[in-house]
Amino acid sequence: MERFEIACLVDNSAGVLTRVSSLFTRRGFNINSLTVGATEDPNYSRITISVNGDEKIRSQCVKQLRKLYNVKHVKEMIPEDRVSRELALIKLKNTPETRPEIVSAVDIFRCKIVDFSPNTLCVEITGESSKIDAFLTVVAPYGILEMSRTGVVALQRGCHYLSDDVPEESALMEVNKAAIVLR
Amino acid sequence: MKKNGAQIIIETLLEQDVDTVFGYPGGQVLDLYDALYEYRDRLTHVLSSHEQHACHAADGYFRATGKTGVVIATSGPGATNLVTGIATAYLDSVPLVAITGNVSTSLIGRDSFQEVDITGVTLPVTKHNFIVHTIEDLAPILHTAFEIARSGRPGPVLVDVPKDIQQTVIDYEPLGKAKKAQEKPVNEYQMSKAVKMINEAQRPFIYIGGGSLGAEVSEEIMQLADKIDAPIGSTLMGLSCIPTTCERFLGMQGMHGHYASSMAQNECDLIISIGCRFSDRATGNVRKYAKQAKILQLDIDAAELNKNITVDLGLAGDIHDAVVRLIDQVDQQNHTEWHERVEHLKRQEQIQQDQMLQPHRLTPQALINEIAKYTEESTPIATDVGQHQMWVAQSYPFQKPRTFISSGGLGTMGFGLGAAIGAAFGSKKRTILFTGDGSFGMNLNELATLKTTGAPVVIVVFNNGVLGMVRQWQTLFYNQHYSNTDLQERQSDFAKIAEAFGIPGFKIHTLDELSEQVAKAMAKSGPVLIDVTIDPDEFVLPMLPPGGSMDDIITLREEI
Repeated sequence: MERFEIACLVDNSAGVLTRVSSLFTRRGFNINSLTVGATEDPNYSRITISVNGDEKIRSQCVKQLRKLYNVKHVKEMIPEDRVSRELALIKLKNTPETRPEIVSAVDIFRCKIVDFSPNTLCVEITGESSKIDAFLTVVAPYGILEMSRTGVVALQRGCHYLSDDVPEESALMEVNKAAIVLR
Repeated sequence: MKKNGAQIIIETLLEQDVDTVFGYPGGQVLDLYDALYEYRDRLTHVLSSHEQHACHAADGYFRATGKTGVVIATSGPGATNLVTGIATAYLDSVPLVAITGNVSTSLIGRDSFQEVDITGVTLPVTKHNFIVHTIEDLAPILHTAFEIARSGRPGPVLVDVPKDIQQTVIDYEPLGKAKKAQEKPVNEYQMSKAVKMINEAQRPFIYIGGGSLGAEVSEEIMQLADKIDAPIGSTLMGLSCIPTTCERFLGMQGMHGHYASSMAQNECDLIISIGCRFSDRATGNVRKYAKQAKILQLDIDAAELNKNITVDLGLAGDIHDAVVRLIDQVDQQNHTEWHERVEHLKRQEQIQQDQMLQPHRLTPQALINEIAKYTEESTPIATDVGQHQMWVAQSYPFQKPRTFISSGGLGTMGFGLGAAIGAAFGSKKRTILFTGDGSFGMNLNELATLKTTGAPVVIVVFNNGVLGMVRQWQTLFYNQHYSNTDLQERQSDFAKIAEAFGIPGFKIHTLDELSEQVAKAMAKSGPVLIDVTIDPDEFVLPMLPPGGSMDDIITLREEI
């Protein structure tokens, strides 16, 4: 099972998020995270979905999303070719013994402490999901009390845009690749 | 031109050349029905007994004619009654526009009387759905609904129209007929790979599904088969696309498919799939399915490529265009050995059929053959779901596209009578409905619709007093525990029921009565019902057990 990210540009209208998320439920695809937000054009929203699945699920996700009337553009965000960020707020147990080690981890991961109380402290961290995962592994022994992650947002690097997807070609190329891999 | 919302709905339908709509009135569509009254000379409304069957009628109307069906229902229960009909259409890619009323916009979200979030309910079973929030959106949304329903891979679209929108008056500008989006052709590079694959094959097999009916590509498929010297097999949904009299046609394959068709698919070295989605009922165990063959899949819907089975080459795009180009580009071929092998399989199948022949009993096949004597090539043949459906799929001699009207994907018991009524209205021809006593119990209230409209539907009930298909599975896989499949105790006299609705009913118990009674029934011009006693232990054979492969095929009763 791999983790992959799909970005889509959708109509900014009521019910579109339900249509997208219900597609995943109906087809049995497993969502890690889903983010939705405004874009440079008020008519469209951008949804970024992180999914767990194999090659077959990956291609089905893209193709099934394309069939939705409100979905205008779909692309997979390939790790080598995109910047992606996630933000997390993590509330940790704050004791005199563990505090120096937490502060040093915060320093190393270049995140910051945004709230502090006698018994708790809250860390804000941004970065690729893997960086947040790594930080969580480090601080887990000190006691994670509560946490909220935003899910991934991603943009392609350079002069590539979500709106320049070519559905037929990419669907076909990817089909052939899948055939070689699986058959 | 000043019009209210309800009138705009009718105007839009007329612009789409809709001549018949099916439906059932109610509180939130009173305005729409008032407009239907006003336009009654230009638009026929067929009143059903239940919204579900109105929806199946709109579905059957499309299957028989190729014209988008329209169904109207009120809010709440009216709308939810459509759901099975919409899901049936969705699974078989039938374009349908369902128009539902809803409570006024000011009452939405308050659990008002007969309020239900029907766009939410139908989300997973529609291609798309709309709720109309302003009168200005109404005509454009309906227009778009027809476009979505017909374009690409067709499917049902629901438009929910609150009551106040139906009542609001605006200046109406006609938008004209919605265009079907131009299908994209398969690209040249992919085509060249397909041509190479076909030219290299020694034992090609053409496999057609419902998509080839939608693409109206029957003639071209037969030309392609001639050019590459290949037999043709079909899914359930592909039936009627190729005439059964075509020498190359081996019939349906799959769970209850023809022996030769399933075997040829299991021995070929290339499957050329045209508009099939490789459903589990067609493939059996996908791990063992046609392992010896390369698979070339052509479909209008890119998402179908590699969805259920992994193919060697997937072509997404306009099926008609692609088949024409294939005919043009592939080499003329001659596969004598393969041809002989297929002929041998056909002879084997004939031997099996002869072994099963029981000339002195009233078998389902004898009944179907007797009815077929009275039908024309273009007679629509509707079915319900169960054993009778499979017997018809196996034995009826379909000749013309769009004459087989059956719920394949969803397998909706109760589909048949509504669909037959829709097909009769659409085709303006006498329509045959083959049904079972189980299925008929789910829709016999529509006899009232038959009576009032006089639609020429001949209902043939395969009456075996059991839920035959489920019972067959119980016999084979559930230790003959006939749990709730015996209907003997609740057995109704269907001929009398028909008479009670004002429709002539006939009964046939034995083979001796068959031809005389069928002749009498067929002499009637309007609706008629024939109740035929069938042995409850009659099986649908051959059968590929679920999840099995061709090695597990059951061809004779004695093998069980």
